[in-house]
Amino acid sequence: MKSFKIPKSPDDTIKDILLFLLENKKVSSIFTLSKVHNNNYAYTLITDKKLLNDITPTFPLMPTNAGKMISRLTMIEAVTSPVAVVLRPCELRALFELVKLEQAKLDNLLFVSFTCGGVFPIKTKKDILENKLKKYWENVKTGEDLQELRECCRICENFVPDNADIIVQLAGNDINKETSVLIKTEKGAGFLKGISNQFDEENLESAALDTIRKKRKEKKQTTFADLKTEDFGIEGLINIFGRCINCHACSKVCPVCYCKLCYFESADSELDPSTFETELKKRSALRIPADTVFYHLGRLTHIGFTCVGCGMCSDVCPTNIPIATIFTKVSERIQKAFEYMPGKDLEEKVPMAIFEMKELEDVAD
Amino acid sequence: MKENELPRIIGFLCKWCSSAGADLAGVSRLKMPASLIPIRVMCSSRVDPVFVLKAFLGGADGVLVAGCHPGDCHYQSGNYYTRRRFALTKKIFEELGLDTNRIRLSWISASEGHKFVNVVTEFTENLKKIGKNPIETEVFL
Repeated sequence: MKSFKIPKSPDDTIKDILLFLLENKKVSSIFTLSKVHNNNYAYTLITDKKLLNDITPTFPLMPTNAGKMISRLTMIEAVTSPVAVVLRPCELRALFELVKLEQAKLDNLLFVSFTCGGVFPIKTKKDILENKLKKYWENVKTGEDLQELRECCRICENFVPDNADIIVQLAGNDINKETSVLIKTEKGAGFLKGISNQFDEENLESAALDTIRKKRKEKKQTTFADLKTEDFGIEGLINIFGRCINCHACSKVCPVCYCKLCYFESADSELDPSTFETELKKRSALRIPADTVFYHLGRLTHIGFTCVGCGMCSDVCPTNIPIATIFTKVSERIQKAFEYMPGKDLEEKVPMAIFEMKELEDVAD
Repeated sequence: MKENELPRIIGFLCKWCSSAGADLAGVSRLKMPASLIPIRVMCSSRVDPVFVLKAFLGGADGVLVAGCHPGDCHYQSGNYYTRRRFALTKKIFEELGLDTNRIRLSWISASEGHKFVNVVTEFTENLKKIGKNPIETEVFL
């Protein structure tokens, strides 16, 4: 794969690339994570190259899933002039899923991504975040586990952005010396035509990435084993989801939970007297808000095929339910059964949209 | 479950095959336990897994989804989608420790009155063995 090296940190490297793209009018704007007022971080669309000084593309925070944001920008119409989008691998996978579900369009978008080291939960306090940053970057290099990260990131094996046009090496690399940039696609090469750097050849996969993948896999196995979802039964589900306050924040931030008219927010799922009176004939009491287990199981049936395991849901849960870990585990099993990997290939259809004539014969009689 | 107590099964029957099969069982005066509460749907693929969950969490002892045999769908391919969705629901049940014996997908054609009776009888017997769905009396749901 064509590549070049820049003797700067990953953030500055990405800044250089974006500056090149913007100055040479290859793109009209940039979508990336930036530092905004009062040390807050947010995704921003930038057209002024002066503002590139504030961007922090690899800062370990995901204020919202960028895949969902790009879907909101391109749902009705594709962008009309080229935009460079810097996002994380799981966000890119989410976006690809949304394209398959006809919720986003990829035209005129250039994807810059990086081998991801994970992010901190958005609720992390600023001082903890700043204290841990140094440790974070050390661990990105070695692949060691960092307890403060999102649980989903700590167990993520898909941290290599296979679908990006330009890939910046982060995980497994010593980021203080130099950063290598890989040009994955023809499209990426086209955009970077004319850049003054010396081109080289480099493979995306390396022993370092394999080591990290192995460490994450081990962590995943222990996390899933500790979770013991198989033993939940209805009692376990009530214990876990009984804390739910029905705010639906998890579905609001979920990139692949995209329905505009959600069943769980429709009038059908409201409790009217005829419904709760019938329920009360069976049960001696009814929990209010009702149907929290139903809501989570229902959501699981809707996004089981497409969950990319980004971890936004756990992050925003006000009652700290480990939704993302449970959902990742269950959907991984579903996706394995259907040999489907969400967001990997645009040509591959979502399993619920297709079928084989001869399959799953043991499911029905 | 008490000796003469019947389980309650919510059945989603497709209009073109399974529901007609049930009618045939009726006009043929075949006998079966009165445990099934039928809900007619235009196609088995109309059954969102959420319906199955709603019935199950509402306290139904069993949930039956029945449609045309693969290849015979009135809408060409609806039941193939049903099969995928049901497989998904089953996987979720397995993974979360819920009893997969309480949900069932059967292909019953319009001419299979006997099969309809067999499915309902067999399902009822199985559910009798498993016992009542404990969710029915669960307060915190």
